[in-house]
Amino acid sequence: MNTPVTAQVETLTKLNDFVVKFANINGSGSASANNMFAKAVFRMGIPVSPHNIFPSNIQGLPTWYEVRINEAGYLGRREGVDLAVTMNEQTLAKDIAEVLPGGYVLFDSSKPLPDELIRDDINFLPIPLTEICLREYEKPAQRQLFKNIVYVGALSAFLNIDFKVLTDLVGDQFRGKEKLILPNIHALELGHQYASENFQCPLNLRLKSSNKNEGKILIDGNTAVGLGCVYGGATVASWYPLTPSTSVVDAFGKYCKRLRIDPGTGKSKYSVIQAEDELAAIGIAIGASWSGARAFTATSGPGISLMQEFLGLAYFSEVPVVLFDIQRVGPSTGMPTRTQQGDLLTCAYASHGDTKQVLLFPATPKECFEYAIDAFDIADRLQTPVIVMSDLELGMNEQICDQLHWEDGRSYDRGKILNAQQLEEIGKFGRYVDVDGDGIPYRTYPGVHPDKGSYFTRGSSHDANAAYTEDGNVYAEVMDRIAKKFRTALNYLPEPEISGMHNKLGIIYLGTSHSAIGEALDSLGRRGIMLDTLRIKSFPFHDSIREFIDKHELVYVIDQNRDAQLKSLLKIELDASPASMHSILSYNGVLITAQHIERAILESMPELEASNDVPA
Amino acid sequence: MSYITKPRFHHPQLKTNEIGLTRRDYEGTLTTLCGGCGHDSISAAIIQAAADMSLEPHRVVKVSGIGCSSKIPSYFLSKAHGFNSVHGRMPSVATGANLANKDMYYVGISGDGDSASIGLGQFCHIVRRRVNMLYIVANNGTYGLTKGQLSATADLGSTTKSGEQSQYENIDMATLAIELGASFVARSFSGDKAQLVPLIQAGLTHKGFAFIDVVSPCVTFNNTDKSTHGYKNTWENYVALSAVDYVPMKQEITTSYAAGKEKEITLHDGSVIRLHKTGNNYDPYDKENALHHINENKKLGKIATGLLYINQGAADLHELADTVDKPFNQLNEHDLCPGNDTLMDINDTFR
Repeated sequence: MNTPVTAQVETLTKLNDFVVKFANINGSGSASANNMFAKAVFRMGIPVSPHNIFPSNIQGLPTWYEVRINEAGYLGRREGVDLAVTMNEQTLAKDIAEVLPGGYVLFDSSKPLPDELIRDDINFLPIPLTEICLREYEKPAQRQLFKNIVYVGALSAFLNIDFKVLTDLVGDQFRGKEKLILPNIHALELGHQYASENFQCPLNLRLKSSNKNEGKILIDGNTAVGLGCVYGGATVASWYPLTPSTSVVDAFGKYCKRLRIDPGTGKSKYSVIQAEDELAAIGIAIGASWSGARAFTATSGPGISLMQEFLGLAYFSEVPVVLFDIQRVGPSTGMPTRTQQGDLLTCAYASHGDTKQVLLFPATPKECFEYAIDAFDIADRLQTPVIVMSDLELGMNEQICDQLHWEDGRSYDRGKILNAQQLEEIGKFGRYVDVDGDGIPYRTYPGVHPDKGSYFTRGSSHDANAAYTEDGNVYAEVMDRIAKKFRTALNYLPEPEISGMHNKLGIIYLGTSHSAIGEALDSLGRRGIMLDTLRIKSFPFHDSIREFIDKHELVYVIDQNRDAQLKSLLKIELDASPASMHSILSYNGVLITAQHIERAILESMPELEASNDVPA
Repeated sequence: MSYITKPRFHHPQLKTNEIGLTRRDYEGTLTTLCGGCGHDSISAAIIQAAADMSLEPHRVVKVSGIGCSSKIPSYFLSKAHGFNSVHGRMPSVATGANLANKDMYYVGISGDGDSASIGLGQFCHIVRRRVNMLYIVANNGTYGLTKGQLSATADLGSTTKSGEQSQYENIDMATLAIELGASFVARSFSGDKAQLVPLIQAGLTHKGFAFIDVVSPCVTFNNTDKSTHGYKNTWENYVALSAVDYVPMKQEITTSYAAGKEKEITLHDGSVIRLHKTGNNYDPYDKENALHHINENKKLGKIATGLLYINQGAADLHELADTVDKPFNQLNEHDLCPGNDTLMDINDTFR
């Protein structure tokens, strides 16, 4: 066996601050084992952020699971790997090359490592995983699956994971399938035992229990969205399966099965319709919303493209509807299982003609939950589509966030809806009359009154009473009133989060770029570069964003796309000078890192020679 | 779609129905379709059907897509909410509206372009999904609004006014609906109100997806002697597999027919469809038999009409989804939100 000697190599010494990257073959059962590892770190009270980098495939292609552990609470991705678990021969060379000097490679030593892959600046942790499993398990499937659990067991010895935390996790995971508990614990013990007997454990890279996760949960954004839809009162979900949005509706359905069954009759207070395509998915949601149910659909870029026509209809005929866009890499099919903020412009002006859509930008799973609930209120209040812009990184990866909260006593804001009695009182009803001067008209549900309140909803030009018109002036009046409604919208949309206004430099960002900001700012701060931050939470933009740009000499705008879509939107909407904004772009399909932001800012400094604040 | 206001006055002695409404109470705006358009006869048939069965107009929801056919909902039941959606996508909007409130009558009006071409996928899936509604296709074999192109229901060899001849097999919406599980399938002709009105009444009453393919000639672009969708061809080749009477639930059944000559189909609310056989071996409960008769007639250049197929036992979308009795649009926070205590338990599962 070609086992590299590790003794002479200098080792990384890190406590509660490192990156473990698992390289696996998808479909091999590694996901649950890797998840168990991340969750064990979480239960030890240490901040942790797993990032799943997976293929658009069911079985056989490379997949990675990157776990960042950081006591200081930096939960973005960090470049470089401190410990690699290499379980995939296809990517072995690349996986070993990524390990930082002094780092570790845990590999299956049942087969020798090719000489050319051996580095003399890192440490190898050979464990004969295949041999152990061949010896211990009889069924071929078990021999494959338990390899994953054995390496988690070994890691528990190497990294000093509380073994009881792991065995408790196994118990939780297999509750109801008790006969699986013992074999899994046995596998963990096998790994732990082998590592302890053959290596000096723990390594200098190690964990120590902490208390940083009090009141926190580890949850993915899509599950939080699904729960938000339950709490927000959605009764109709219509969708077409599309990665990475599928788990939104899966979660909604799962929680509805528990929480939305009428105890007396056993009947359902919800309906999930798997539509024939995304056009039908949003059409169903629009039809249901029009008729007064809270309805939503979830999709990703390709679905957004297909939904354009219906989004224009809902905009112009003023039908509320909630849409979750879990963005992935485009254009076209793109990289279906990688992350991007690439749908910003498409969604902001979705559909032909003069349109504009309300967008919300959650940055954490907790915000996914809250914005899902708010989206229904906002859509009902404004009578227009609301698109919640998540992405694959936020949607499909577990993240630490504050626990979810629902304010008991909060009521749904169903907006301006007239019931039969109100129709009797007001006399004449006009669907698109701006009664209150805020651009938001009143609507009625079908069947409300025997002879008052009916109207004809249409995507063709209409007057204030919803009657068809080809009078250009009447059309323009309606369009102007809708524009006014979008100014009113700002009263109902979350304000940007601004750190301050005292520095000369600012940084504007939204969504998952949030995960890297704190770390980047701290690091830049140590170099004497101070920046104010503004996190955008909604579109149309609040005036405070323009103010922020105006009050800074230069504002960095972070976009996780090639074409600086957020910067474009700021230029279009706020008439902000291009010279006042500098783009930081990231579009390689994985979450932007603090290091990337820091590098981009440092590289831009020569352009700021006029400013004496910038270090040479 | 009209922007000419229709006068609302009517003859003081106009007959009222059981709920005190006159025919005028079931009308819509003034039509803007061409004089003689078959579609106007469909509007008139719907008005008569609804008035005669004393349907409360506001309990109806009208949905349509885009095209001449999709303007029809403007021309009947102005007291009902209507939704003129996007081209070919009425089925999804109708599905959603139906999910939100199961207690309404849903009438979808579409055309052959809207349902057999751009919206063929949505048509197929609303049939499969068994939405409880009446879906009417005003079928003229042509695209009227864009000036006379052939549609997918135009028969092979049929020729439009401009001389364009169809080179492709047609899509038969009625057989398609039967194949895909529609539980009420009929075909009629806009020119035969005596047949169409009871079919509309039965279709409205039927629980489940009711489909009526109505041959409705386009007088401007597809009414030549060489068009199989024109008045001449339809009158000459029109075969009624059955004649239908609709007897509302409240009406005592007094008329009797010679034994073996009629069949009574009781609908879920107690109304009855009385089917008068026309001398063939036609059985509307038998899917294969229905398809056979339609296809045999087609081979002879004939158009099989009447109630083609019915199955009263099929569950509709709400039954399949086992939804609560109260319409979704009447549920509130109390019904829908599980509250913070439950959320705290859910939080614990993420630790």
